[in-house]
Amino acid sequence: MNVLVCISNVPDTTTKITFTDNNTQFNTTGVQFILNPYDEIALSRAIELTEGGKGTITVINVGEANTEATIRKALAIGADEAVRINAKPHDAWFVAYQIAQYIKQKPFDLILTGRESIDYNGSKVAGMLGELLDLPSVSIIKKLDVDGSNATVEREIEGGKEILTIPLPFIAGTAEGVAEPKIPNMRGIMSARTKPLAVIEPVDVKTFSEVLSYETPAPRGQVKLVAADKVSDLVELLHTEAKII
Amino acid sequence: MSVLIYAENADGKFKKSIFEAVSYARAIADQNNTTLTAVSIGNVSAGELALLAKYGADKILNVANAQLKNFVNQAYASVIAEAAKKQGADVVVLSNSFSGRGLAPRIAVKLEAGVVDGAVALPEQAGGKFTVKKTAFSGKAFAIVELTSANKVIALIPNSYKVVEANKTAQIEDFSVDVKATDFKAMLKEIVRSTDKVSLPDAEIVVSGGRGLKGPENWGMIEELANLLGAATACSKPVSDSGWRPHSEHVGQTGIAVSPNLYIAIGISGAIQHLAGVSSSKVIVVINKDPEAPFFKVADYGIVGDAFEVVPQLIAAVKEYKASA
Repeated sequence: MNVLVCISNVPDTTTKITFTDNNTQFNTTGVQFILNPYDEIALSRAIELTEGGKGTITVINVGEANTEATIRKALAIGADEAVRINAKPHDAWFVAYQIAQYIKQKPFDLILTGRESIDYNGSKVAGMLGELLDLPSVSIIKKLDVDGSNATVEREIEGGKEILTIPLPFIAGTAEGVAEPKIPNMRGIMSARTKPLAVIEPVDVKTFSEVLSYETPAPRGQVKLVAADKVSDLVELLHTEAKII
Repeated sequence: MSVLIYAENADGKFKKSIFEAVSYARAIADQNNTTLTAVSIGNVSAGELALLAKYGADKILNVANAQLKNFVNQAYASVIAEAAKKQGADVVVLSNSFSGRGLAPRIAVKLEAGVVDGAVALPEQAGGKFTVKKTAFSGKAFAIVELTSANKVIALIPNSYKVVEANKTAQIEDFSVDVKATDFKAMLKEIVRSTDKVSLPDAEIVVSGGRGLKGPENWGMIEELANLLGAATACSKPVSDSGWRPHSEHVGQTGIAVSPNLYIAIGISGAIQHLAGVSSSKVIVVINKDPEAPFFKVADYGIVGDAFEVVPQLIAAVKEYKASA
């Protein structure tokens, strides 16, 4: 089984998000970039599914040269080879289109993405790939098992879950629960340096969206403290002042 | 132009988040002096469908094919895109639910539309630009996104737009589409619903517990408080990582982002990753024994005290309030 894992290069989860140029640019000064945590889960499950010579894993990223540290991390965790499409990931449509062109030339049995990237929080690439390749897609899954040419997945729904069976190939966005993130070992880190990383140029495609600017959430006022022996005051405040109960 | 709303049902009923999305779509139609068509797929009664007119639909398309009774992402996307084409709709609105997030990108590709998911406010259309505010960086910021395509798809986050009654009268029309067989490759085997619980993404009140609760055996009081308030239960990442609570309850940057009216954080220190997931809550209450806990800096109300003493008192106070109300 040949698995493609689509990966994003995103700011570390501890990053304090700020903007420059009149709130039109994300301030990357001092920001550590990491492999998107949901993509790490996808990659970890791909490793479990192909362990023992049962397949190969390719990771693909749409990004400029600065994403290569993250790509090497994915190779260190256990991907066999990597592809970087040399372009700024303009929006989900641009990214999905580029990856779809690659898959059309080199089909895979299973295509995984994280459920969303933690920067723009779309969960669009999986569905767009599905549409562009005319394959089934499941946007957010908590469990993934493959048996021969069929997979069983658990999909999260509000207040429950759905269990689906899907023939390979298909596209799935993975969430927590699918696998525990794997940590690269020394052998992995050493071998990552020599694993193949192909750089290919993007194809032309029209884009449909532009980020114009950013805002940060309005700061909250000073916290109003209620004494620990006057808990009923809190209920009173929530009723009369906040008017939410 | 016109606007189309996909009204997703759960077991034949529309949730409040759907009426929010209908109200939102109605407001976009009004911005452009045009009509709103709602499309519903599956078994929904005429009485329930009529509610879509109450919140703003001028026309209701009812897709009741037996084949489409249960959600199939690929097939539903085909039906909704087809409905948009037939109605000449250039804006398609969905709720940013688990299913909505799977549909939006597929519909967008079919309609060659730009898509904004995670929308939190009405589009602005000044100066010929169509921009939508959406969450970004997992709740740490918002992005203003311009959609430059003729067709547009927007998925609205629950609890971010108020339900407004428009009291329209709408005809319910049967709508049928030939969906190709390859759209049904994904087969639904089973739906498991935890019906005794309020669903976290839809919840108006959330009671959340952290490591300060010391162990899964102490969640009884969290659940009791949640039950009393009609709230959903949630937790921090260390709690779900330790297996004390399921991953589906993990609120934060790598879990679920919530925007309830009231978020009660108990024994959670407030790491930046957790705060990201709750920043759009309208009111935040923090109960923590450490007065230096970072969560107090972003809270509206706080109690510095031991959860094991404060929460039972809070339960008693809520009971008393309920009895007197």
